[in-house]
Amino acid sequence: MSGVSQTVEQPESFVFTDETMAKAKEVLAKYPEDRKESAVMPLLDLAQRQHNGWLPIAAMDYVAGICEMAPIKVYEVASFYTMYNRTPVGENHVQICTNISCWLKGSDKIVDAAKEVLGVGFGQTTEDNKFTLSEVECLGACVNAPMMQINDDFYEDLDSSSTKAIFEALKKGEQPKTGPQGDRVGCQPAGGLTSLKEQANA
Amino acid sequence: MLKDSDRIFQNIYGIKGDDLETARSIGDWKDTKDILAKGRDWVIEEVKTSGLRGRGGAGFGTGLKWSFMPKEGDRPQFLVINADEGEPGTCKDREILRNEPHKLIEGALIAGFAMGAHASYIYIRGEFYHEAVALQKAIDEAYAAGLLGEEACGSGWKMDVYVHRGMGAYVCGEEGALIQSLEGKKGQPRLKPPFPAGVGLYGCPTTVNNVESIAVVPTICRRGGEWFGALGKPNNTGTKLMCVSGHVNNPCTFEEEMGVPLKEMIEKHCGGVVGGWDNLLGIIPGGCSVPVMTKEMCDVATMDYDNLREHGSGLGTAAVIVMNKQTDIIYAIARLSKFYAHESCGQCTPCREGTGWISRMMDRMVIGNATIEEIDMLENVTRQIEGNTICALGDAAAWPIQGLIRHFRPLIEQRIADYQAAKNAAA
Repeated sequence: MSGVSQTVEQPESFVFTDETMAKAKEVLAKYPEDRKESAVMPLLDLAQRQHNGWLPIAAMDYVAGICEMAPIKVYEVASFYTMYNRTPVGENHVQICTNISCWLKGSDKIVDAAKEVLGVGFGQTTEDNKFTLSEVECLGACVNAPMMQINDDFYEDLDSSSTKAIFEALKKGEQPKTGPQGDRVGCQPAGGLTSLKEQANA
Repeated sequence: MLKDSDRIFQNIYGIKGDDLETARSIGDWKDTKDILAKGRDWVIEEVKTSGLRGRGGAGFGTGLKWSFMPKEGDRPQFLVINADEGEPGTCKDREILRNEPHKLIEGALIAGFAMGAHASYIYIRGEFYHEAVALQKAIDEAYAAGLLGEEACGSGWKMDVYVHRGMGAYVCGEEGALIQSLEGKKGQPRLKPPFPAGVGLYGCPTTVNNVESIAVVPTICRRGGEWFGALGKPNNTGTKLMCVSGHVNNPCTFEEEMGVPLKEMIEKHCGGVVGGWDNLLGIIPGGCSVPVMTKEMCDVATMDYDNLREHGSGLGTAAVIVMNKQTDIIYAIARLSKFYAHESCGQCTPCREGTGWISRMMDRMVIGNATIEEIDMLENVTRQIEGNTICALGDAAAWPIQGLIRHFRPLIEQRIADYQAAKNAAA
């Protein structure tokens, strides 16, 4: 978890757009009337999505107001969970898993490919603000290792060249294929189904 | 080996689609009203008969857990479903969430009914964004079809199911931390007692179950607890989603019978170990929190709670991490130590300080920059963490190290000797 940088330029104020507020109301409806605090995590996520992928202090204060919480309690939440970025991130937040299953399948090569193509190291953002590179813990796609997440999308069954191709596509503003980069679909065995075989031709 | 007709997850690969119509075509939501009409005691008894043990790792009897919920009271009761899948190596719940969401939702209704809960929160890890979208879509379908809501399935039971997304904290997979997080706090585990069945979400009776535990309940109720109980071995019944990653030719997720021989399973579903079975170094059979097993153990081990425990390891989440002889096992375990240091919530001193210390020590062990005495010191420190923390994260950080030292101590000693020799040669 990275610390809050006092040097980050913080916006003066933050408010939800009408669109975000409509989503916020849906979120609040999930919890009992007197338990607005439960909505703090999803509301911080909405704030982050509205604010180019990071959470300024003004947004945390704004969410504190909606959830009727002391701002410090919201800061505690925002600093505890790794998915809240309290400093700006690039347009594409590249998160490479280097935990055991990915490492066994060659995540070191994926990291090298990313550093080579993007020209930045972990925790850094490219000068054009297009990419931020992060090392992350297990993302739960271990049978499709090695893998990385870019914004909301998983890219799986990576190798060095497919990783580079993904970045080149994103640089051109294209949307690369998500999920496994090879032929297989999802978590099936690559060599063909070993169970539920009658579904193979379905 | 399990017959296809005994597989609960008929659409685990998502080949058929994920919509309600598809779900119905494979038997989901069939006569759910009739199941509920048999009463909550019947459901709990059926689940007890099945022998189902929690699929999240701890393996506690699911039916027994439900029976701890108060039969009556003036406080609301909650079912919380743990979809915070983050144990390294584990990716089974993801497949349920994105390909078989209706099994989970129907399970939430039946389980909620059995424990007297009118509301269920599904806490899904934040990184599973598309899985959360798929799940929400299925929930919306269920409401629209009258399967959830005021009169769920026309049963007279009110049931609401909500999705709550986490935001990146492994420790929230621990039930107390998960409840704290759901209440809008930092995810730090709670002291027990009181247990959630007495004081859980919002101070109300709550049961926290893993996704897979809940998703198999409708099928158990339909086919009968005895059917499920006849699969597997005594005390280790039923079927289980297994996910095999690492050095196998075809890493994949599949459903198998409990108690299946580990070797046979890897050969059948995963195309064997890379380089052949004799090239196997060791296997972590249940997610990174259980100790590694040597090849000799893997030769004879079966995939169930009791057998793996006899081998000094555990079934955990049935996330099988395979390492062949080309693996630097010291680095592999050091990587896990780094993980625990990163994920410690900081509440208990032994874990907060110990995981960081272990990680730094393991970094030195990887290059051999240590002394032989420090191996014993490392082992000793893990013993001081184990059992001395509120939640099991401390234990989980300790066990992989203990497994490494128990089985691969000569390797660690060799690394130290090599480092010293290189240093002396350079001097």
